[in-house]
Amino acid sequence: MTPHLPILIILPLLLGAFVVTLCGLWRPRTAFPLAILAVGASATASAAALAETARGGAIRYALGGWAPPVGIEYVVDGVSAFVASVVAAVALLVLAATRRMAAREVGDRPGLFYGAVLLMLTGLLGIVVTGDLFNVFVFLEISSLATYALIFMGGGRAMIAAFRYLIVGTLGGALYLLGVGYLYFSTGTLNMADTAARLPEILDSPAVLAGAALIFAGLGVKMALVPLHWWLPDAYNYAPGPVTALMAPIATKVAAYAMLRMFLTVFPAGYLAGATPVATVLLVVGLVGAVAGGAAAFAQTDLRRILAYSSIAQIGLIAAGIGLASPLAAAAALFHVMTHAVMKAALFLAAYSVRYRTAEVDIDRLAGIGRAMPWTMLAFTAAAVSMVGVPPTAGFFSKFYLVQAGMAQDMWGVALVVLLSGLLTAAYMVRILERVYLRKAPDDGAAADAADPPADMLWPALALASATLVLGLANVPIMTRLLIPAVSP
Amino acid sequence: MTPLVAVAVPMAAIVPILLSGRRPNLREAWSLAAALATAGAVWSMLSGTLAGEPAESVLFELAPGAAIAFRADAAGLLFAMLASGLWVVTTVYSIGYMRALEEGHQTRYYAAFALSVASALGVALAANLVTFVLFYELLTLATYPLVTHHQDAPSIRAGRKYLAYTLSAGLALIAATAWLLALDVDTTFAAGGFLGELAGRGGVLWGLFALLAAGVAVKAAVMPLHSWLPSAMVAPTPVSALLHAVAVVKAGAFGFVRVMGFVFGPALLADMGAVHVVAAFAAVTLTLGSILALGMDPLKQRLAYSTVSHLSYIVLGTAILAPAAWVGALLHMAAHGVTKITLFFCAGAIHANAHKDRVSQLDGIGWRMPWTMASFAVASLGMAGLPPFMMFASKWHLGTGAVDAGMVPILAVYVLSGVLNAAYLFPIVFRAFRAPPAGGGAARAGRVDEASGLMVVPLTLTAGLALVLGLAPDWAFGFLDLAREVASTVTAP
Repeated sequence: MTPHLPILIILPLLLGAFVVTLCGLWRPRTAFPLAILAVGASATASAAALAETARGGAIRYALGGWAPPVGIEYVVDGVSAFVASVVAAVALLVLAATRRMAAREVGDRPGLFYGAVLLMLTGLLGIVVTGDLFNVFVFLEISSLATYALIFMGGGRAMIAAFRYLIVGTLGGALYLLGVGYLYFSTGTLNMADTAARLPEILDSPAVLAGAALIFAGLGVKMALVPLHWWLPDAYNYAPGPVTALMAPIATKVAAYAMLRMFLTVFPAGYLAGATPVATVLLVVGLVGAVAGGAAAFAQTDLRRILAYSSIAQIGLIAAGIGLASPLAAAAALFHVMTHAVMKAALFLAAYSVRYRTAEVDIDRLAGIGRAMPWTMLAFTAAAVSMVGVPPTAGFFSKFYLVQAGMAQDMWGVALVVLLSGLLTAAYMVRILERVYLRKAPDDGAAADAADPPADMLWPALALASATLVLGLANVPIMTRLLIPAVSP
Repeated sequence: MTPLVAVAVPMAAIVPILLSGRRPNLREAWSLAAALATAGAVWSMLSGTLAGEPAESVLFELAPGAAIAFRADAAGLLFAMLASGLWVVTTVYSIGYMRALEEGHQTRYYAAFALSVASALGVALAANLVTFVLFYELLTLATYPLVTHHQDAPSIRAGRKYLAYTLSAGLALIAATAWLLALDVDTTFAAGGFLGELAGRGGVLWGLFALLAAGVAVKAAVMPLHSWLPSAMVAPTPVSALLHAVAVVKAGAFGFVRVMGFVFGPALLADMGAVHVVAAFAAVTLTLGSILALGMDPLKQRLAYSTVSHLSYIVLGTAILAPAAWVGALLHMAAHGVTKITLFFCAGAIHANAHKDRVSQLDGIGWRMPWTMASFAVASLGMAGLPPFMMFASKWHLGTGAVDAGMVPILAVYVLSGVLNAAYLFPIVFRAFRAPPAGGGAARAGRVDEASGLMVVPLTLTAGLALVLGLAPDWAFGFLDLAREVASTVTAP
């Protein structure tokens, strides 16, 4: 069983996408449980792969028995197993929480909806487990196409947002493909490990530089790095609630993973950080994004937009961690991939629970909701505290390790910006929490007849919120046993 | 008992407090029980600490190379005894005050109060910098709902200011901690400092010192970082009394004790010359705080500026580096705690009972509320540093220390401030016992109308303590022994 773990992460999702769609057409009520089953199976396989890689190193799997570099290879090492586990587990919780929301917003065709969701997850997890540069593009497109369809299901303004995302996303995919093309012409291979073996001899070639630049530009679009971020707020805003809650925590993180993979596996150490300014650009862009995203979040009043800009800021921190290009910084970036996925999922679930109950998302109209929906807002507050970076939450430790990594390289500006970004986060979170808890609720306001949502919407948000604390307390084993060994050469 | 129990009891008390929100008597019973149990847990560690075997608890690793660890050393225990002991008194007072004013959100209030005390105890008993920072940040969060308790525009504004100051300070501490761990320094507090291995690296030391000192200076309200404290007076008076005169602000002053005595140590500080910077800021704050207090008409504002000034007594004491000054600084933590809490209790009793908040409204109030104003008078005499009050003992040690260290100007600063203390407090007492204005007004002579016993008994008790502990500083609590223990270990050559 163990050698097949890489494909077992993907297979339930890919097969599930077809089964769910067909069964959904036949019996709509089967779509949700089947989707949960598929994601649950994938999450289990991911967790097993994580345990296995921590014990015995990377698992390599030649697809269809074709040996690489001719065939497509799946490689699950510590990094990919970790990201896959985070993505699958968060997706499972979000899906479980959003059943009622999905039934309300896209209820007439659950088969198609859950089929597209599984297809999106197939693409995202495929990027994580594959060891082939072209295969990354294939999975990127699978997830993007499914995402366009899912955003589109929001109707109205969502169609414009979906179309815009389609254009930008296609552009990103095309840039990435072009970059891979340059590398392919130079090395004659698409396998990541094989590319890595052949690159050192031809590093001076401008084709390799062009390839690297295009690959990072393409992934930067998918990751919504400033200044390639502008598709994200609208897409998050107008997509159906369950889609945003699913997409926001994990989609951009997978693009971040792909970037990290370029650093760890594909390009030789010292090429991206040193011979070329790729890492420096990533670092600068990331830090600018962390500040600009936080400032933009402060200017919004729509809860979803605040969270969307906050995502752009947090993604900036992840990019900065990758750009620092040290094992500690890479581990910190991965830790933040996990932390941010968990926090953002909790925040969006809470936000959409509020909308589910009150049909409101404008924070100025949410006065008193803290009293009306105490458990929902407890989850929101806990995740917000972690996002601000208060010890001992997980959000604190991602920043803490980033600061340390910056200091270890004598990059004091990095440490400063990372710390200041926490203050910005505090500013926009306090702005929300003041309204929610401290402002007096008007008699006809949203809080008038709101109550916590049903338990099946509530417990995943609370579980994710408490996970921010648990993962923070457990940061030492996660960092020293899983992440630092996984990213160390 | 272990230090972990002392921190865990108030934290665990939050659960029953929240669950019994609909039954106020039960809820307050839980609060009081938690306060008593916490004080018991803290005080039970005294004999071990005095015997040189402080209780310790070590939990798991929180950051690589740094565990969550607690240690009831003399300095930490002194602060913990003060905070936990006064929590008992404040809980009783809170019940009287909050019920008299029919304040809302009392469940949140008692829960946040318990969490604040737990955090303060965590700060006090932390055995290393990582644990210290953890609870220092938690203290910020736990106090926020108390500052914004009234949920009106002024308290929301004060809350913002409070968070802006304290979260920024927290970042400075976090940066310093990250730096120390990146330098591979073991951050366990050690009397005399743990930074010896960095001696000679001036840039690094000054950088660390700036971050750590700025981080603790905000909660210690050292000017120019003090202005959150007067704003935070919008909180209910028991909060001002325990948190903004004892637990929170003393966590800042105590932070100086840790940074000066247990992180850097006198030898390194004298070498760097950093003491002069701290002494300058503290001396200015001490004097300016007293002068500003003179002009404040709102009673709680006047007391707040007085607190600003008195916190710098402690900060300045740690910067003198003479053993006597350290004894004085630590004694002053206790002395100011007991005395200032009395003054705030009195201000709260007047607010709850007579609905007066300004000094200019207090003419004749002493005849109406004799117990309250008598206690206020006692505490005022104490604040002025007259013998035989406890604050005389602490000021005496501070002054002696300044002379020992050859810093005579500092002695002058202390003396001047003592005079100013009298100048901003005695007029209140004179007013209170002056004949009521013609026509009688609300405060008619001859008619006693005291606040509820739940308020008056605690405030007379703390006023009595300010006196008794001055007559016998070592009676029951061993504050003087603890202070001497700290001074001798920190300043040992």
